[in-house]
Amino acid sequence: MMENERDEKRKEPDENRRKFLVRLTLSLTAVSAAVAGIPVLAALFAPLLRKTPRLWRKVADLEGFAVGAVKLVTFENADPEAWAGETARTAAWLRRETKDKFIAFSANCTHLGCPVRWEADAQLFMCPCHGGVYYKDGTVASGPPPLPLVKYPVRINKKQVEIQTAPVPITTLG
Amino acid sequence: MKTLRKIWAWIDDRSGLTELLGPLIRHPVPPGSKWSYVFGSATLFCLILQVITGVALSLLYQPSSSAAYQSLQFITHGAKFGNLLRGIHYFGASGMIVMVGIHMIRVYITAAYKYPREMGWISGVLLLFMTIAMGFTGQLLRWDSNGVWSSVVAAEQVGRIPVIGKLAARLLLGGNTIGGHTLSRFYAYHVFIIPALLFVFVGFHLMLVIRNGISEPAKAGRPVDPKSYRQWYKEMLQKVGVPFWPYAAWRDILFGAGTIIAIISLALIYGPPELSQPPDPTFIHTVPKPDWYMLSIFSLFALMPPKIESVVIFLGPVLTVLILLSLPFLSNRGERSPLRRPWAVFGSICVIVFVFSLFLLGMQSPWSPDFNAKALTQREIHSGDTLVIRGAALLYQKGCLYCHRVEDQGGLKGPDLTTIDLRLSEEQMTLRIINGGSNMPAYGGLLKKDELSAIVAFLKSRK
Repeated sequence: MMENERDEKRKEPDENRRKFLVRLTLSLTAVSAAVAGIPVLAALFAPLLRKTPRLWRKVADLEGFAVGAVKLVTFENADPEAWAGETARTAAWLRRETKDKFIAFSANCTHLGCPVRWEADAQLFMCPCHGGVYYKDGTVASGPPPLPLVKYPVRINKKQVEIQTAPVPITTLG
Repeated sequence: MKTLRKIWAWIDDRSGLTELLGPLIRHPVPPGSKWSYVFGSATLFCLILQVITGVALSLLYQPSSSAAYQSLQFITHGAKFGNLLRGIHYFGASGMIVMVGIHMIRVYITAAYKYPREMGWISGVLLLFMTIAMGFTGQLLRWDSNGVWSSVVAAEQVGRIPVIGKLAARLLLGGNTIGGHTLSRFYAYHVFIIPALLFVFVGFHLMLVIRNGISEPAKAGRPVDPKSYRQWYKEMLQKVGVPFWPYAAWRDILFGAGTIIAIISLALIYGPPELSQPPDPTFIHTVPKPDWYMLSIFSLFALMPPKIESVVIFLGPVLTVLILLSLPFLSNRGERSPLRRPWAVFGSICVIVFVFSLFLLGMQSPWSPDFNAKALTQREIHSGDTLVIRGAALLYQKGCLYCHRVEDQGGLKGPDLTTIDLRLSEEQMTLRIINGGSNMPAYGGLLKKDELSAIVAFLKSRK
């Protein structure tokens, strides 16, 4: 009886030691996984963590741009990566409303993002994917687009038309 | 030879390969598991082919937004057998999707998802969606103008997810715009992230096949009873089971090899899809269109009423996944034979007909304006009247022919105008043109009075 009690007492510290070691192992594993996970998650969510500046880009000369004309203009995105190549550029439709007023439309259809094209004779923007059509002011003329064409901020600066860079417009639910 | 045998005996003794794999490849399977069982293994054969050709392509491909297009041009037109390699990878993806689809239909029709194989179905459903995701991300790696704009279309669809839509779209594109990070991300999805998940789930799927055994051929009047099935299956295998290798495996291998030969033949005959213009987002004269296996969904979005579309873009895939995943929970016992499950067979046929019809429509895309429509000639005009001729010219200039057809010219989106005078009066024509409709712009503010008169004169001559 006495021997059994002594055995039990001898086992107790062993059991505690084992429990401690198991907890230590699991805790260290969790800590190391969490620490290694931080940069991994940072890479995964990098696009959401990065702040992109909004810059003014020269896209056209005032001179030679007739009132009522619509032109496809291109500009470099804000903060493009060195390896982006030609993908660093964006296109927009620029329309001269009056002598002092321009409107710049995103080239993305608000339905599913396909590139809309300007049909000068018809005075309509048309989407080749599902047939969305917009009037010259960007409002929906027909087809599935849920919203008018998205506009870029535009300004005139030293006889140049400038567009402010912006994210690719994404149509959200509601 | 003796030395080689000795070396193998040493390796086998120390590694235990035969001991480990022998029972697996010789495990007993139910008799009568014949040709309808080969589609799962054919999918695996295609996957292996995709991995091997994918690794080979990665030796030549440059996963950078600025260089991918040039490297693809090199693979297609410069590298030795590069064209064939791309072709095999392209048709291999198609083969994998066809095989996984047939495998899934077979499993559904013969109710092989019932007890105890529910987990096999669930992992299979996840594998199906991973396969489609691999196909789509692979299409985007064909980093041409179509790839760039398809990325935007994908981001737009992701954008319909409630609350987090915009963030998810940015995450998909790798930033606020198409750029340097976009292709890197699609490359990581296609080459690392989805394949890693795919390997885990393929392993799990195969482990389940070994653990639960392949389903015996369904027989009318032999329902699945979870209480006694395992015992019955075990006894049946002991009595009449045949070793998987070689008595069942030969069909898998023969069909798998045939599938691969067919894929290689298609690659040799047709080659890979030609690249479109360079990946310049400022090149807007392009029509992004998915590869054939996404065409049905593309069509569905085109035909859906616009009012519900945004909701369906998000809810549709979610509900599809949930319904498919819940199937074994809704029915995991009872009859498996297609003869006793006529509604399952009817439902499958309906789904196949529906998807195939959408695919055919997608090939034709009648909802898209035809920007290649040509101006009408005297062959279609049939009139010397100057007003009618002017009207015909205006029909082309104002973009009407992109959507409307006159004889064999023009698009299919709007009503055919070949005999429009038999259907509408002059007043009705005028009102329709001025006010437009849900699918037609109101031309009232876009046409001068004389232009409207000329177009109506032309339309009135269409008898």
